[in-house]
Amino acid sequence: MPESLTRAVRWDTVVGALLIVLLLLSFGFVDGFGNALNLSFLIGNTLPIALIALPMTLLVVAGEIDLSVASTAGLSGAVMGKLWNEGMAIETIIPLCLLLGVACGLVNGLLVTRLGLPSLAVTIGTLAAYRGVAQIVLGSDAVTDFPSRYLDFAAGRIGDSFLPQAFLPFLVLLAVAVVLLHATPFGRSLFAIGAGEEAARFAGIRVKRTKLLLFVATGAMSALTGVFWALHYASARYDNATGLELSVVAAVLLGGIDFDGGRGTIGGAVAGVFLLGALQNVMSLLNVSAQSQIVVTGVLLVVSVLGPRVARQISLARAAGSTG
Amino acid sequence: MTHPPDTGPAPVLALKGVSKSFGAVRALRDVSLELLPGEVHALAGENGAGKSTLIKTLAGVHRPDAGQVLLDGEPVVFHGPGDARDAGIAVIYQEPTLFPDLSIAENIFMGRRPRRALGRIDHKATHAATAALMRRLGVDLDPGRPARGLSIADQQIVEIAKALSFDARVLIMDEPTAALTGSEVARLFGVVRTLREQGAAVLFISHRLEEIFEICQQVTTLRDGAWIAGEPLAGMSEDDLVRRMVGRDLAELYPKQEVRAGEVALSVRRLTREGVFTDVSFEVRRGEIVGLAGLVGAGRTEVARAVFGVDRRDAGEVEVGGRRLANGAPSAAMAAGLALVPEDRRAQGLVMDMSIERNIGLTGLRTTSRAGLVNRTAERSRSLDWAVRLQVKYARIADAVSTLSGGNQQKVVLAKWLATGPRVLIVDEPTRGIDVGTKAEVHRLLGELAADGVAVLMISSDLPEILGMADRVLVMHEGRITAEIPRADATEETVMAAATGRATA
Repeated sequence: MPESLTRAVRWDTVVGALLIVLLLLSFGFVDGFGNALNLSFLIGNTLPIALIALPMTLLVVAGEIDLSVASTAGLSGAVMGKLWNEGMAIETIIPLCLLLGVACGLVNGLLVTRLGLPSLAVTIGTLAAYRGVAQIVLGSDAVTDFPSRYLDFAAGRIGDSFLPQAFLPFLVLLAVAVVLLHATPFGRSLFAIGAGEEAARFAGIRVKRTKLLLFVATGAMSALTGVFWALHYASARYDNATGLELSVVAAVLLGGIDFDGGRGTIGGAVAGVFLLGALQNVMSLLNVSAQSQIVVTGVLLVVSVLGPRVARQISLARAAGSTG
Repeated sequence: MTHPPDTGPAPVLALKGVSKSFGAVRALRDVSLELLPGEVHALAGENGAGKSTLIKTLAGVHRPDAGQVLLDGEPVVFHGPGDARDAGIAVIYQEPTLFPDLSIAENIFMGRRPRRALGRIDHKATHAATAALMRRLGVDLDPGRPARGLSIADQQIVEIAKALSFDARVLIMDEPTAALTGSEVARLFGVVRTLREQGAAVLFISHRLEEIFEICQQVTTLRDGAWIAGEPLAGMSEDDLVRRMVGRDLAELYPKQEVRAGEVALSVRRLTREGVFTDVSFEVRRGEIVGLAGLVGAGRTEVARAVFGVDRRDAGEVEVGGRRLANGAPSAAMAAGLALVPEDRRAQGLVMDMSIERNIGLTGLRTTSRAGLVNRTAERSRSLDWAVRLQVKYARIADAVSTLSGGNQQKVVLAKWLATGPRVLIVDEPTRGIDVGTKAEVHRLLGELAADGVAVLMISSDLPEILGMADRVLVMHEGRITAEIPRADATEETVMAAATGRATA
């Protein structure tokens, strides 16, 4: 019985429930929320955050963080625009951008695992550096003339539904992330690393290699997101996706991923992403000013760090007091 | 024997018929205890007997479900540790937590330092008050010295001084000697005697029976949460005390089996890690228990780490079952059949926040998974199987290992490694900080493993353990193996002589 009690107050469940409540309320009471166009905007605008949140969740569970994701996405978009202007085929450019993301992740990962630097510091540094390189690459140009079938894919919807076409690939990546974190030995080792790195090492887990791999995956996913961003908004600029890292981190923490590592679920993170996305959408529909939206997001971030801890305290207290 | 004669001094602090439950676990049942001024009172019991709960009840962390806490004979209710502290009760833990960047004096008077005019902190007064406390304890520690770099022993002294600065009349010492060297223990005992003479009541917890007999006058024994006895120590033997703690005669603390050694299972040749240990060579055969003795800092643990691969070696080779191990690769060592039960179970042996099930499962992720996916059923049955075999006492297998007592945590570490079916088992301080009953179980287990053909390398600072269990004793001194002593010739004298560099064989 205590186990079901614990589950009842699990934070990711709370966030999932909040998301459902918000959606129901919005469908019922917010004008313009339920139409297909708005929903497709909501999902399309949230997808970049959701994509990066997947590897970010793995990284935070393993006790690390990457704040350079938005800059990597921006750099990827800038390089994409530059190479397109140079006349390279888009089919060549996209793999190159992904490789660039791998390289960005590799730099972060090597600095963290080989030099033993804290990832927070390293990726604040590369956050600035990658963005700087993006500006050097593309200057203040905006590249918009990508091939239309790519633009159509990134902005289009599935048939007459409200689902963006890019939602299907996201679902595939989501499934991969869920299985990876929650059903494979690799996922188990991430929890062990996050909750007790030394004990993980003593159990034969290759901690450094695992972390390096996560940074690389995060870099690649960020670059992919950069490509998607440039196509979705039909604009490659050096400042694409600026500030996106805060949304990603806020959503992941809101989803109950413990900032100290060792705790969290992909489901929680995705619920956090869409809760944040839906909230912003609703606030825009209700004409809440941009400044107020930022305040709400900030408050949510604080709540999301506190919430899981409070939930855990409650469940511990209930477990202790259930028969006593 | 539960009541002192009426003529004696009145108890400062007492428990009367106290019970406390956590969920289904009855941690304390009808326990009584009286702490008298000028007396050191031992609290004896195995891990999980309820000692921690009793301490926390006295310290105001827990409130009893039934029974009373009496202060100077009057019932009191502590609403938190602050209440207990204000009542003059101080707890000194095994590993104190001081602010490393503050001085000793600042640590002691944290948050309530003497002030001068305009609210400025009076450094001179703080310093002088600290010096006075140190004099009272008969200890020579510079009040201005930062806490960083103080030994655990010195940190405990600072905690005791802090307790005195709160005018503590009752001092509860929870395994204060577990991490101390012999001379540090002697100094601590000097301090305890001083406090006793000054009229303090001391509650002392230790797994080392000889320490209880050395420093205490009275002993209360708990077993499975129940009060077993409260009596003077005078006239008792160690065996008497063990019988009360364990509830039976302990068959044998060192159940050594005679096993014929088989082929070489672990071969270490010219292993060197620069500045740590040099040219270390030895072999362990199937069925053998080889003891690795030496002083703390001689390089024993470091050798084990390099053999297992958590640290890289600079030179030399390690072979397990004839397979040469890659450098710095614990996973390769595990694949070859090597297992290491590390020295620090809380940081290295276990992921404390993870469940018992998953901690044991951690070493079997590859073997129990199917098609790249974790097989939860197989994982659970493997973990349950080993937890039961080693008689781990737990409520639910899904509970975090942090909820277990130290001895049971150590059993989980052993379970985690035995579940890999090792060919070679290295155990580093396998019984440190665990109670005498569990200790005997661990020894029996190591004996059985050797009988089954496992090669065991046992690092221990507990000489009787080495002498009692090992077929051969390797002794390290300053990073080198200085002696190899067969069981027949191994005595405290021969081992200590080699460990201190006075003799080489």
